[in-house]
Amino acid sequence: MSQTSDDLHVPRSLSGLGGWLDDRFGGARGIRLLLKKVFPDHWSFMLGEIALYSFIILLLTGTFLSLFFVPSLNEVVYHGSYTKLDGIRMSEAYQSTLNISFDVRAGLLMREIHHWAADLFMASIIVHMLRNFFTAAYRKPREVTWLIGVVIFMLGLLEGLFGYSLPDDQLSGAGIRILEGVILGIPIVGTYAAFFLFGGQYPGTSIVPRMYIIHVLLIPGILLALITAHVVFVFYQKHTAMPAKNQTDRIETGQPFYPYFLAKTSAWFMFVFAAIALLATFAQINPIWVYGPYTPVAISSASQPDFYMGFLEGSLRMMPAWEWNFLGHTVSFSVLIPFAVPAGIIFGGLLFWPFFEQWATGDRSYHHVNDRPRNAPIRTATGMAAVVFYGVLWAEGANDVIADFLQIPLYTVTWISRVLVIVGPILAFVITRRICLGLQRKDKETLLHGYETGIIRQLPNGEYIEVHKPVPEEVRAVLEAKKVPALMPGPDSEDANGVPAPTSRRMLGKARAAANRAFAETIVVEADGHGNGHGPEVPGEEHAAAGEEHAPVSAPGATPQLPRGDEDA
Amino acid sequence: MSDMEEIGGPEVPERPHRVIGTPPPTPPLLGSGHEAGGGGEVEPAEERLPSESDFPSQANNAEKIVAWSFLLAFIAGCGFIAAYVGLEVHSLDATLRSNLALGISLSVALLGLGLGALIWVRQLMPDAELTEIRHDPRSPTKDRQAFEEYFAEGTAASQFVKRPIVRRTLMLATLPLAAIPIVVLRDLGPQPGTSLRHTVWSPGRRLLVYGTNQPITPAEFSAPGGMITIVPDGYQDNQDELAKAAVILIKFRPGELQIPTSYNGSTLVGTMNWTVDNIVAYSKICTHVGCPVALYEQTTHHILCPCHQSTFDATTGATVIFGPAARPLPQLPLTTDAQGYLVARSDFTQPVGPSFWERG
Repeated sequence: MSQTSDDLHVPRSLSGLGGWLDDRFGGARGIRLLLKKVFPDHWSFMLGEIALYSFIILLLTGTFLSLFFVPSLNEVVYHGSYTKLDGIRMSEAYQSTLNISFDVRAGLLMREIHHWAADLFMASIIVHMLRNFFTAAYRKPREVTWLIGVVIFMLGLLEGLFGYSLPDDQLSGAGIRILEGVILGIPIVGTYAAFFLFGGQYPGTSIVPRMYIIHVLLIPGILLALITAHVVFVFYQKHTAMPAKNQTDRIETGQPFYPYFLAKTSAWFMFVFAAIALLATFAQINPIWVYGPYTPVAISSASQPDFYMGFLEGSLRMMPAWEWNFLGHTVSFSVLIPFAVPAGIIFGGLLFWPFFEQWATGDRSYHHVNDRPRNAPIRTATGMAAVVFYGVLWAEGANDVIADFLQIPLYTVTWISRVLVIVGPILAFVITRRICLGLQRKDKETLLHGYETGIIRQLPNGEYIEVHKPVPEEVRAVLEAKKVPALMPGPDSEDANGVPAPTSRRMLGKARAAANRAFAETIVVEADGHGNGHGPEVPGEEHAAAGEEHAPVSAPGATPQLPRGDEDA
Repeated sequence: MSDMEEIGGPEVPERPHRVIGTPPPTPPLLGSGHEAGGGGEVEPAEERLPSESDFPSQANNAEKIVAWSFLLAFIAGCGFIAAYVGLEVHSLDATLRSNLALGISLSVALLGLGLGALIWVRQLMPDAELTEIRHDPRSPTKDRQAFEEYFAEGTAASQFVKRPIVRRTLMLATLPLAAIPIVVLRDLGPQPGTSLRHTVWSPGRRLLVYGTNQPITPAEFSAPGGMITIVPDGYQDNQDELAKAAVILIKFRPGELQIPTSYNGSTLVGTMNWTVDNIVAYSKICTHVGCPVALYEQTTHHILCPCHQSTFDATTGATVIFGPAARPLPQLPLTTDAQGYLVARSDFTQPVGPSFWERG
């Protein structure tokens, strides 16, 4: 109290309210800590916020739309404001969507904002997820946060599919028809599942009301709970930090929530909302009145779903015809494989990766400082392979548009994609791994020799050298942030008590040893440096070059447990 | 109330000018601690926030910009309300105008707010960076042990382990309850039965041209190369039936058509003549996942599904020549009735549309 100045004056109304609340609930101590909570600053930490704010915008606009939308497939004859469809038979769902667009003020804007926000929600989740993957932010203790994020991503797909199918227009109706065809393709239960979902034969009159309640209540409720948990975990476990000078796993540095982060993130919300509003105003999306009401008899060419469903659409288009008939039953692999395999690889891979990495590295310690992608070649290469796999599937989802745009035959595009979906990820893996190792070599050069200055100097003995400038501390800290998992004891080895190493256990053990070696691959920076000058070659240099792969660096210079260059021993 | 007054502290002297591109200096925010003054326990020194802007002269400018931004947001927000009240909709052009006005005013209002808040935090608020200690989430070992002990005590007190009959009957009791949420979904729809095997096509049912709903004679569909969509008479507006019964009709020049066709299971064998006057009828529902096969290329006689590009050769009984569909489009046997109109000779002889388990 003794130091109260004008700057520290709190309005009486506010302090009164605070006191009133604290009298009843307490919490002054805890909330003060929350207000002081530190948020690290990095552009990539805003990606998740885009998803969060898109979700809030989706809730707001979705609530508005639900006040006017009629989730019914009962047939009506249209006599509304959009005269081009006058006298056309359509469902109440389609009619009410027309009414929202043309007869409710701001209705069209709300629809467009809702649709764009959904696309941004999914896009930002994907980019956010890639950031977290490539910097390994999912490591202990954040595995659960990662898992929740993946589930949010999967639910987002379903939520989006059901959402854009609600207006019962020609384009989204085709998507629902495809959904029905895929469900029919599920062995044994498929036919029943389709009949139960659609309340009988396709299309029936049940699917839109059913999708509606799933879209506005069930999935958003689950999403809200999961997103809350996701954010609470980020709060509770504290945010990861990027490698920097003085950054360790023990501290977190940044600006406090109140007032800095609060103001910044509010500004960010406004910018995200403004960007969506601008898109909604100037970039028309889903003009359902152009597509017309749905009928199973008709379709338009170049039908593409929203971008996040594109990879599944592409895998359906890519698949060659393959069907089995046996014992009076049909198994349609042309439908099953395109849905089960990419979804299995992508979602399964995302869910299991943190645990696979933990298993391969044997690393059970806490990690709060993010990895640089180059410092984990196997992880980064796997991630890039997955990106290429997804990307090829996604592009194939628009193969007709690509064929038309490039003026090449449609089947050629499909054949290219069939090859690329297998070869592309392999190439991406190999190339990315080489790039990572190359970047590590560059880091090593920088660490050992500093920057080239371009100044040539003659030594007293007549030798010319280029003067190198030592690396600034800030950069050095980042370069030295590399942590490589230690090699596990090799197969057939035992610990002090005679217990065989985990890698000794048959096939799984050998696989683990191989995975462990792959993860431990790194470019060693020799501890005994050559100073900053460019001295004569020393024998150690050669040694480093020979052993630079498959050597542990967690303790540079330590004897590796595996014989170098002899992995299969 | 007392909480709030703790924030802040002694004024931090103005810091040196910062060169753009260099990292911000970490301000020495450690509290001097002398306010703990009156004796008693000495709390660990806490970092304090500065209360003065870093550069007061620039801050005054920034203050103006922030205020103008918020003012702009206010005006744009009012503009939104004005556009809502003033601009009518109910037609395409009017909706377009209204949408533009509402969208622009909303965007500007949001941008103004965002810009104001951003400049506020960047230019007005003094730069501050705090450091927190990270604590491993793991509970101290003694807490974990205490937890385990109490949990074991509780388990023992509950007799859950000691009395297996209670445990097992409890688990038994929950099983049907857990199954109920699945069971009650049964009435979502009827059983499929054989409904996927049949369509409404029956002997003598007329083919109606989709759109006009008029019957058609072979003479009226005499231009080779054409493809039209056909719906069954009496079911023109029945979406459920059309989803299976929609048909495409293609007219060929003499000699182009390589059928009569029939099927043995899914295999094509040629015996019967199901065509009339080089006119052939195929199911419009793709055998892949059920999209309408709506594209027809006259020169190659290829039928293409726009969804996943399954391609069928119309001259050879709609056999698959590319894409994910595994089976030909079923053919509808045609004939003409007494008035000379095209009619179905029978239903399709095999199920139309996507594959399903019971299809065989």
